[in-house]
Amino acid sequence: MRTTPTTTGRYVVTGARVLGREPTDLLLEDGVVAEVGPGLARGRAEVVDADGLVALPGLVDLHTHLREPGREDAETVETGTAAAALGGFTAVHAMANTDPVADTAGVVEQVWRLGREAGHCDVHPVGAVTVGLTGERLAELGAMAESAARVRVFSDDGACVSDAVLMRRALEYVKAFGGVVAQHAQEPRLTQGAQMNEGELSGVLGLAGWPAVAEEAIIARDVLLTAHVGSRLHVCHVSSAGSVEILRWAKSKGWNVTAEVTPHHLLLTDALATSYDPLFKVNPPLRTGEDVLALREALADGTIDAVATDHAPHSHEDKDCEWAAAAMGMLGLETALSVVQEAMVETGLLDWAGVADRMSSRPARIGLLDGHGHALEAGAPANLVLLDPAARRTIDPFALASRSRNTPYAGRELPGAVVATFLRGVPTVLDGKLQ
Amino acid sequence: MNRHLLSGADLSHADALLVLDTAEELAQLADRPIKKLPTLRGRTVVNLFFEDSTRTRISFEAAAKRLSADVINFSAKGSSVSKGESLKDTALTLEAMGADAVVVRHHASGAPHRLAHSGWIRGSVVNAGDGTHEHPTQALLDAFTMRRRLNGDRPLGTDLTGRRVTIVGDVLHSRVARSNVLLLHTLGAEVTLVAPPTLLPVGIDAWPCTTSYDLDGELAKSDVVMMLRVQRERMTTEGGGFFPSAREYSRRYGLDRRRVAVLPDHAIVMHPGPMNRGMEIAAEVADSARSTIVEQVTNGVSVRMAVLYLLLSGSTEITEVTA
Repeated sequence: MRTTPTTTGRYVVTGARVLGREPTDLLLEDGVVAEVGPGLARGRAEVVDADGLVALPGLVDLHTHLREPGREDAETVETGTAAAALGGFTAVHAMANTDPVADTAGVVEQVWRLGREAGHCDVHPVGAVTVGLTGERLAELGAMAESAARVRVFSDDGACVSDAVLMRRALEYVKAFGGVVAQHAQEPRLTQGAQMNEGELSGVLGLAGWPAVAEEAIIARDVLLTAHVGSRLHVCHVSSAGSVEILRWAKSKGWNVTAEVTPHHLLLTDALATSYDPLFKVNPPLRTGEDVLALREALADGTIDAVATDHAPHSHEDKDCEWAAAAMGMLGLETALSVVQEAMVETGLLDWAGVADRMSSRPARIGLLDGHGHALEAGAPANLVLLDPAARRTIDPFALASRSRNTPYAGRELPGAVVATFLRGVPTVLDGKLQ
Repeated sequence: MNRHLLSGADLSHADALLVLDTAEELAQLADRPIKKLPTLRGRTVVNLFFEDSTRTRISFEAAAKRLSADVINFSAKGSSVSKGESLKDTALTLEAMGADAVVVRHHASGAPHRLAHSGWIRGSVVNAGDGTHEHPTQALLDAFTMRRRLNGDRPLGTDLTGRRVTIVGDVLHSRVARSNVLLLHTLGAEVTLVAPPTLLPVGIDAWPCTTSYDLDGELAKSDVVMMLRVQRERMTTEGGGFFPSAREYSRRYGLDRRRVAVLPDHAIVMHPGPMNRGMEIAAEVADSARSTIVEQVTNGVSVRMAVLYLLLSGSTEITEVTA
C-alpha cells in the first residue's frame, strides 16, 4: 500500500473490499465517508491503495483495561489506545478497575481527557457500579452519566456485583439515563482462590477450580432480575457452554440482554494450563474445547452479540512467577481481529459482514456510541479499518505497542493484519504503522 | 530418567524399578557403621523450602549428605522470599551459587515445574511437594515400603502388579494421593481412593484408579491402606466446610481397631505423616505391627538417595556398594 505525499486531509481508498465484497473506492472527507463507488475521481485527495484489502467499520471494544490511572507501568491510555488503533479499533471502553477506581465523575473525565489527548481512538470510560468496586453501595452513576465522559456502561469488572439487591438497584437506577450494567459474572464464594477451569485438568494439576456454574448461576439470576425490573444487562466475557444456553433462553423471552466473548475464549483451552505458564492464567479461565465450540456457535448465531477483548495488560513481574502468584489476564487489542479471523472466518462461521456486526455495529449499539459502528456508506463517520486477510504474522510480544508483553499468542502464527485504521477520516494507522 | 523429577508420571515402569532397586542397594548402607558414600562429592544440592516441612527437608538433607554432596538449606520462611522476593530471583541466586540439584517444596502447585522449565536454572529439579499437586518422592518411598513388606525378602526387580492399595482421606488437597495414584498405576497396582464426595476432585473419573465413598466396603480386599492427613480446618466455613465435624469424619473415614480387624492378615497400614491421631487414624492402629509409619521415614532417606544419585551421577552403577 502506498500513499501519495499530499496533505489535503482527503483520502481516496481504492479497491477496498467493503465487508469482503466487490472492490470499490471510498472518498473520506471532513470526517465522513463522502462517496462510495468504483473509479472515484482522485482530485487532490491522498490515495490509499487498498487492493486486496477488506474494509470494515472501525472496531469497537466494550472491554479494555487501560490501567491508567494507577498502573502506568503496565499500560497507559496512550499506549493502550495505540495498541487499539493498531488492532483496528476506533473506540474502546476503558474499564473502571483503575487506582483510583473510576467511580466518580472526576476519574472518568480524567480518563476521557487522556483519551482525547492521545488521539489514537475514542476512549469511553466505563463507570464503576459500586464505590471502590467493593460491592457495598452504588457509586454516583448519575454524576458519571452527566459528566463530560457521558458514561453509559457501568461495570465492577474484575469483581462481580454479587449482592442480588445491589444488582437489582443498579439495573433499576441506570434506566434513568439509558445505561447498561455490564456484569462480571462470578459467584465469589464458589470461586475463592480459584486458579483455572474446574474440570479434569484442575484435579490433575492440583490447581483450585473455577467452576462454570459460578458464572452460569450469576447470569441466570441477572437475566431474571433484568426481566423483572425491565432494564438492560450486558454480560461480560461469557466463557462456558452453559452460559450460552441461559443467554439463548433469556433472548428467546425477548429480554434486553446482550453478551460478549473474548477472542481468547474463542481459540484457547484449559489444556494450556499444563505448562503452569501464567501467560494462560485469565479470569474467567480458559475452558474446554466443547466450551470453545459452543461460544463460536453462539457468536455466529447472535446469541453472543459481540467480541470484546478484555485486554488486560500486566507487568512482567506479575506474570514471571509461579501460577498461583500471577495476575489474571492477557493482552488482546492487537490480536483480536486475527483471532476472530482464525476462529470464526476461516471456520466458515462468520463472513466479514458478520465480523463487522459483532466487532463494530453491535458493540457500538450496546455502548450507545452514535459515532461508531455505522455501515461504510456515504454520510457515515469515516471510521474504518483496512485489513489484509491473506497476511500471516508471527506474534512477537516485543513488537506490540502495548506497554505489557503478556500475550498468550507469543510465537504463534495468526492470519490477517491490520493495514490502516481511520478515525473520523484521519489515519491513526497507515502501512501497519501508528501515525 | 528425565533430568527432573516433578511428577509421579515422569517415571516409566523401568525408571521406577531402577529407583526402587537402587534404593534397596543404598539401604544396605544404613546397616554399616559409616553411612556415607563419596558418590556426589563436590556436587551441591540445595533444599529450597518455601513451606515448613522439617521431616521432608531433613530426609533430603540426610540423603544428600550420605552421598557426600554439599547441602545448602534455603528456608523461605523468614528470609527475603517472604518479603516479596520472587521465585525467579531466588532461583537465579541459587543458579549463581552453582546448584547441581534443587529440591523444592512450595505452596504453589506447579512452582517446581516453573523452576525446571523457565530457563532460570540449569540443575535438576526435584519436587519435594508443590501445593495440592504432587510429591513424587513420597510416592516412591511408599512404593518402596509396599514392595518390601509385600514382596518378601527379595524385592529387587519386582513391581506391585495386582496389589490393591486403598488411599483414604483428603484426596482433593493431597499431593501424596496424586503422586501415588500415578506411580502405583505404573507399577501395576490397583488403587482405590476413598473419601467423602466433597474431598474428591471434579474430574477424578479420568484418573487411573477407582473411587469409593465407603471405606468399610474396601477394607477386606485391601493389601495396603494408606491414610492421608485431614486438616481439621477443612470442616470450618472458612476452610471450605468440606465435612461437618471431626467426629463424623473419624466415624466414617477413620481407621480404628474395628476396621483394622477386617483387613487381610498380610495387609499393611501406611500414613505419610504428620498424623492426626484420633482423627484419621487411631493411636493403637498407628502403633501396631501392621503400621509402616516409622519404616516409611527410614525408607524415605534411601529413596531420596537413589533419586539424587540417579539424577546427578548420570550412571546407574553404584560401584561402592555392589563391589
